[in-house]
Amino acid sequence: MTELTSASKRPRPEFRNINALSDLPTYRLPPAGWVSILHRISGAIMFILMPFIIWMFDTSISSEISFAKFSSVFSVGVGVVPGWFFKLVALAILWAYLHHFIAGMRHLWMDINHAVSKEFGRSSAIVTLGLGTALTLVLGLKLFGAY
Amino acid sequence: MAVNYGSKRVVVGAHYGLRDWLAQRVTAVLMALFTLVVLAQVIFSSGPIGYDKWAGIFSSQWMKVLTFSVIVAMLYHVWVGIRDIWMDYIKPVSLRLSLQVFSIVWLVGCAGWAIQVLWRL
Repeated sequence: MTELTSASKRPRPEFRNINALSDLPTYRLPPAGWVSILHRISGAIMFILMPFIIWMFDTSISSEISFAKFSSVFSVGVGVVPGWFFKLVALAILWAYLHHFIAGMRHLWMDINHAVSKEFGRSSAIVTLGLGTALTLVLGLKLFGAY
Repeated sequence: MAVNYGSKRVVVGAHYGLRDWLAQRVTAVLMALFTLVVLAQVIFSSGPIGYDKWAGIFSSQWMKVLTFSVIVAMLYHVWVGIRDIWMDYIKPVSLRLSLQVFSIVWLVGCAGWAIQVLWRL
């Protein structure tokens, strides 16, 4: 008990109200914390880009002419906006969907299985982050025509 | 049935949150299954995917019914999630209400567009 109160120990930082500018850059999160906040961010990205997603659904499926237009947006671009920009946006959606999907599966697994241990939380979070990033890379290389 | 109004109204522990929590998970499972159904048809089709194959996936009646359900499920799922974000970070009531109204308009508009695309196919 005396160990804890000894004066030689440096006071540990305390966070009560997290300030976005002064605290967040040095705020350290465990892997599960990263999965959690990225789950939220990926959801918000898909919410904001929802009209673009439906635009892709619309043009790719409505007719052969619109399908050709859909393809040309990603290969040639529209007006001054080049095609690679749209590919980047599509890649962001891909990542958001993959991360949200895998993190959601992790949630469901924990809800069903009651597999709530510190170790499982950490290892499954690392798997979620790794798998999401890896699949995004694989599909991203395909999207940009690397193979 | 137990009285749940007037002075007997249960204002805490009324499971208001449980309904949304459960709905978010049920809709998530439906969307995940839909993803697998679409993915399977893309992966197991032979040759490059042109317009015919892509539109063919969504042209059958059962697929339209399933996609329609998924759009409605997504509407509810996203509403619960986005409302959580506004409730966590936005404290002024007027701003929060405005953002919630915006979210509803945004989501219902998107769902309407998606359903229109689906059913004219």
